[in-house]
Amino acid sequence: MISFDNVSKIFGEGDHRTAAVEDLTIDIPTGKITVFVGPSGCGKTTSLRMINRMIEPTSGAVTIDGVDTRSIDAPKLRRGIGYVIQNAGLFPHRTVLDNIATVPVLLGRSRKNARAIASELLERVGLPASMGGRYPAQLSGGQQQRIGVARALAADPPVMLMDEPFSAVDPVVRAQLQEEFTRLQAELGKTIVFVTHDIDEAVKLGDGIAVLAVGGRLAQYATPAEVLGRPADDFVADFVGRDRGYRALSFTAAGDLPVHPEPTLTLGRSAAADFGPAAASDSEPFWALVVDEGQLPRGWLDRRRLTPGRPVELADLVLGGSLAGPQSSLRTALDAALSSPSGRGVAVDSDGRVTGTVAARDVLDAIEAARLSAPASEPEAAASPPREAGTADEPDARPAAVPS
Amino acid sequence: MNWNWLNRNTDQILSWFGSHLWLAAVPTVLGLVLALPLGAIAFRYRWSYTVLITLAGLLYTIPSLALFVVLPGILGTKILNPLNVVIALTLYTLALLVRVVADALDSVPPLVRQSAVAMGYRPLRSLVTVQLPLAIPVIGAGLRVAAVSNVSLVSVAVLLGIPQLGQLFIIGFQLNFFTPIIAGIVLCLLVAAVFDGLILLAVRLSTPWARAVHAG
Repeated sequence: MISFDNVSKIFGEGDHRTAAVEDLTIDIPTGKITVFVGPSGCGKTTSLRMINRMIEPTSGAVTIDGVDTRSIDAPKLRRGIGYVIQNAGLFPHRTVLDNIATVPVLLGRSRKNARAIASELLERVGLPASMGGRYPAQLSGGQQQRIGVARALAADPPVMLMDEPFSAVDPVVRAQLQEEFTRLQAELGKTIVFVTHDIDEAVKLGDGIAVLAVGGRLAQYATPAEVLGRPADDFVADFVGRDRGYRALSFTAAGDLPVHPEPTLTLGRSAAADFGPAAASDSEPFWALVVDEGQLPRGWLDRRRLTPGRPVELADLVLGGSLAGPQSSLRTALDAALSSPSGRGVAVDSDGRVTGTVAARDVLDAIEAARLSAPASEPEAAASPPREAGTADEPDARPAAVPS
Repeated sequence: MNWNWLNRNTDQILSWFGSHLWLAAVPTVLGLVLALPLGAIAFRYRWSYTVLITLAGLLYTIPSLALFVVLPGILGTKILNPLNVVIALTLYTLALLVRVVADALDSVPPLVRQSAVAMGYRPLRSLVTVQLPLAIPVIGAGLRVAAVSNVSLVSVAVLLGIPQLGQLFIIGFQLNFFTPIIAGIVLCLLVAAVFDGLILLAVRLSTPWARAVHAG
């Protein structure tokens, strides 16, 4: 556990005195991802850097597993803590392998041994071994970030500090990196402190979220569901944004949602006569779901455009619509319904085969049911580690407000 | 051009060429070696930057001839001792390169420096293995200027009687005879070109990363 005990950091003196962090007390649990989130100037990076003594607190103490960090020689302390810096911060004059091997070499390992470790990590973060001889300038932003993560992992530190590691890449690559990061953390179980200004990223990755206000005041420290569902004050409510109600649906599993049977057409085959335009009356929906031979969903077909006897082609379909998998959250299920031209969200099994459709109305009913069953819970003390909350990625996930 | 004169004096000219080469090369190397730590100090401590750069600027404004004449008195060397030239030119090189080294270190992206700290580098190791290697292209550019400037400054020392290619200019002026002057200029250019080429090569060999471009 990493503990901040009344930690303050004051920059400047006299009239120019500004508090970057003011009297921060927080316990960061072992083996979890704790996210420091807040607007610019909230002291989140300063707080992060006080853990590995890149910045020394003006007052207060930071302890790791009960040991005051000030009692450890700073460079040695840092070699035992992984650090992923903004924009990767790779050494431009070193190859990918030598970049990853940095900390093992500093710890006195032979270059050969350190490179062997680096090769393994290169694969672990999803990059081909052939990339090891390249220089950082020859890599894309996303690849550089992966190397940055690999470098931080090289000495297998129990603690990792990550300072906006995914902020410099485009949204598609960011989503990939976040997913890989989640997968990696599930394997490694590191104690991670993650800094971001992006509340979506915080909610997606964090086991616990510390919302910091300008001047380094800890506004709320709780689970993502709690921060979205019950913001501690106006600042948090404002910071998490207007669509937090919608985002909070991420934390409720859609497991109990009814899946309605949906007749399907098969791509490349002609439709049966009863699928034709004649069947599309006012009471009958216009849209028909089209799958391929393997039952994978391909798109929606407007039945009024269907010619009996003619095979269904890809060009006839309205593509897209998100899918609701077997372990989806209510948010995903609702989005599947909203993004489908028929208003019916396509539900699939774990292999991606169509199992039926979900309706927006059912999602709303499920929300209402969850709301009614949730007890009125008392406010949580700000500085205690957030309680366990299931995430929607796990099959047994339940609303965080379930009685414990 | 009087080729006969050149032929007759080839040995003498080659010996001058050799000493000119050494008299320019040694101060360039010594100046660089001294400038690295001083430049690093100027970069590391802001207060020392102003002090060191001002001193270096003042040093550089001392006319070379005056320095050649004054140095023997200060050092207790004989006026004809080539050491005077070496020390004087080392000081000029140092004056030029302190600022170059400090600015070159400053050109290393702050994120890379912070990254080195975060990985657990101690300051000296970070300086030697991370920051200086990344500063090489900028230092190399400054070194080329210093080296070429030394080649021309060495010839001024001929007024003290130190033998090198400058002698060719004296002979030319005294005899109102252009052949040695032209030969002197050509050979000085040659020395400068050799230095320039060597420095370029050294920079190129030590910075393979600088030519690595994004492959797609």
